[in-house]
Amino acid sequence: MTALTDDTLPVTPRAMRDEMVVFVVMALLLASVPFTGVYPFFVMQALCFALLACAFNLLIGYGGLLSFGHAMFLGTAGYCSAHALKVWALPPELGIPVGIAAAFVLSLITGYISIRRQGIYFSMITLALSQLLYFIYLQAPFTHGEDGIQGIPQGRMFGVFDLSKPTVLYYVVLVGFLAGFLLIYRIINSPFGEVLKAIRENEPRAISLGYRTDQYKFLAFVLSGTLAGFAGALKVFVAQNASLTDVHWSMSGEVVLMTLVGGLGTIFGPVVGAFAIIAMQQYLASFGQWVTVIQGSIFVICVLTFRRGVIGEIAHYFRRSL
Amino acid sequence: MQALYAQLLVGLINGSFYALLSLGLAVIFGMLNIINFAHGALYMMGAFVAYFLLSLGGINYWWALLLAPVIVGIFGMILERTMLQWLTGLDHLYGLLLTFGIALIVQGVFQNYFGSSGLPYAIPDQLKGGLNLGFMFLPVYRAWVVIFSLVVCIATWFLIEKTRLGAYLRAATENPTLVRAFGINVPRMITLTYGLGVGLAALAGVLSAPINQVRPLMGADLIIVVFAVVVIGGMGSIMGSIITGFALGVIEGLTKYFYPEASNTVVFVLMVLVLLVKPTGLTGRAA
Repeated sequence: MTALTDDTLPVTPRAMRDEMVVFVVMALLLASVPFTGVYPFFVMQALCFALLACAFNLLIGYGGLLSFGHAMFLGTAGYCSAHALKVWALPPELGIPVGIAAAFVLSLITGYISIRRQGIYFSMITLALSQLLYFIYLQAPFTHGEDGIQGIPQGRMFGVFDLSKPTVLYYVVLVGFLAGFLLIYRIINSPFGEVLKAIRENEPRAISLGYRTDQYKFLAFVLSGTLAGFAGALKVFVAQNASLTDVHWSMSGEVVLMTLVGGLGTIFGPVVGAFAIIAMQQYLASFGQWVTVIQGSIFVICVLTFRRGVIGEIAHYFRRSL
Repeated sequence: MQALYAQLLVGLINGSFYALLSLGLAVIFGMLNIINFAHGALYMMGAFVAYFLLSLGGINYWWALLLAPVIVGIFGMILERTMLQWLTGLDHLYGLLLTFGIALIVQGVFQNYFGSSGLPYAIPDQLKGGLNLGFMFLPVYRAWVVIFSLVVCIATWFLIEKTRLGAYLRAATENPTLVRAFGINVPRMITLTYGLGVGLAALAGVLSAPINQVRPLMGADLIIVVFAVVVIGGMGSIMGSIITGFALGVIEGLTKYFYPEASNTVVFVLMVLVLLVKPTGLTGRAA
C-alpha cells in the first residue's frame, strides 16, 4: 500500500509546539467571530462539518481506511438526539449524549462488519451499509420519512445557557468543536495513534511486530464513528431539524471532499476544507445543480493535481506537520 | 400467483442490470485496479444517448443498442486517456475518488438540463405486446431484456475466458510488465478494457430506458446496490459476477412479493450476512 501522505516527519517537541500555536490562533479567531459581524449560523454549520471531517480524517488519514458512509453516523446521532430532545423532552446536556451513544453503538456494529475487508472493498461496504440505514430511516416511523424531525427545541443547557440565543449557541458549539478537535489531536499523538500510522504505512510489518492490526483499525473506526456522531448531535441544535439529507450518500461524499481539499492526514486540513466547501455551497446556492458539478470538478482536480490538499501543500512547503 | 411471477420477472430484469454492471466493474477493476464509481452515471448516459438518437436523429432502438455503447465507450476511453491513466501506481482510493467526482459532474450536468423527472422512451414496435403463457402474462420486451442480457454476459465471459484477446487481457491483469515485454501494447489494452466495461454499462442503460424511463439519477442509487453485489460475489471471477447479479435480482424480486418493506434493503442485508459468514465474498480471492 502506498502512503497517503509523504509527510511522516517525527513528532518533535518543536512540531507539537507549532501545532499548538496554530490551534490557539484558530481558537481565538473562532472565538472572536460573534464580534466581527460574520453570520454566526454559517460558522456554526461549518464547525459541525469541520468536526465531522476531522473524525473522518482520523480514519482515513491515520488508519488508511476510506469510509464512504460517514453520513450514517452524522444522521443517526442527529435523529436520536432530535428524538430525545423533542419527544422525550430531555435537556440538551442529555440529548447530546443520546446521539453520541447511538453513533457509538452503530459504529460498533458497522465496524465489526466492514473491517473484515480491506482497501476498496471497505469503502464499498461502508457505502452499502449507510445506504441500508438510509432506507431504514426512510421507512421508520420515528424519523418522519421525507419530512424529517422538525422544530426541535433548543432548550437550556445545564438549565443556564439559553441555546435559542445565537451567541450562546455559538459558544456551546465552539466549545464542543474544540473539545472534539483536541481529543482527536490527542488520539493521533498517543501511542495508539503511532501504531495506527505504522499500520497505514506497512501493515504486514506491523503484524510481524506483534500488533493485532484488526483491533487497532476497529478501535479507530469506533472512535471516528462516535466523534462523527458528536458532530451530528451538535448539528441538531444549529439546524433545528434532522432529515434524510444527513444520511444520504451525497453527504458522505461531501465529507470526503472536505477532507481531500484540506489535506488527508493533516491535523488542520479538514477544518479548512469544511469551511471552504460550506462557504462555496453558501455562495453558489443559487446555481442549483451546478454546485454538484463544481464539487465533482474539485474532486477531479484535487485527485489529479493537488493530492496533498491545501494544508498538506503548506506543510510540505515548510517541511512541517500541520 | 400472477403477482409472484410478475415480481420474479422484475427481479430477473434487475438481475440483468446488476450482472451487466458488476461484470463491467469486475473487468475494469482487473485491468485498471480502479473501482469505477462513474459506472452508474455512464449507465445513465447510455439511456440518454438512446433517447437523443431517437428524439433528435430519429435513429431507432436497434441502432441505439449498437451506437449508444460505442459512443459512451469512446467517452469512457477519453476519460481513461485524459485522467484515469495518471493514477497508475497510486493508492486504490484515488481511483474511487476521481471516478466519484466524474459521476458528480456527469449527473449534475444532466440534472441541470433535464431536472429529476423521467423522459419517456417507447418500446420498439417489434417488441410490443405480450404472450399469455397460461400461468402469467409475459411482456415481450421484458423477456427480451433478460435473454439479450444473458447472451451479452455469456459472450463477454467467452471473450475473456476463451479467446486469444481475453488471454492477453488476463495475462496483463496478472503481470502487465511481463506482457509488455512480449510486445503487446498494454496501455492500449487498458483503454480498450475501460471502454468495454463502460460500453456494457451503457448497453444496460439502453435496455432499461423503455422500462424505467430516462432519468439523470437513474444510475446513482443503482451503483450502490451493484457495489453490494460486487462485495457479495467478489471481483475475482467473471462467471461469479454474472451468476451473483442474476441471483440477487431474483431474491430482490421474491422479497418484493413476500415482504415488500424490505425490497430496498435485502441486497444490503445479504451483503452483511455474507460478510459475517464468509468475509472474502462468495467467489472472491482475499483482498
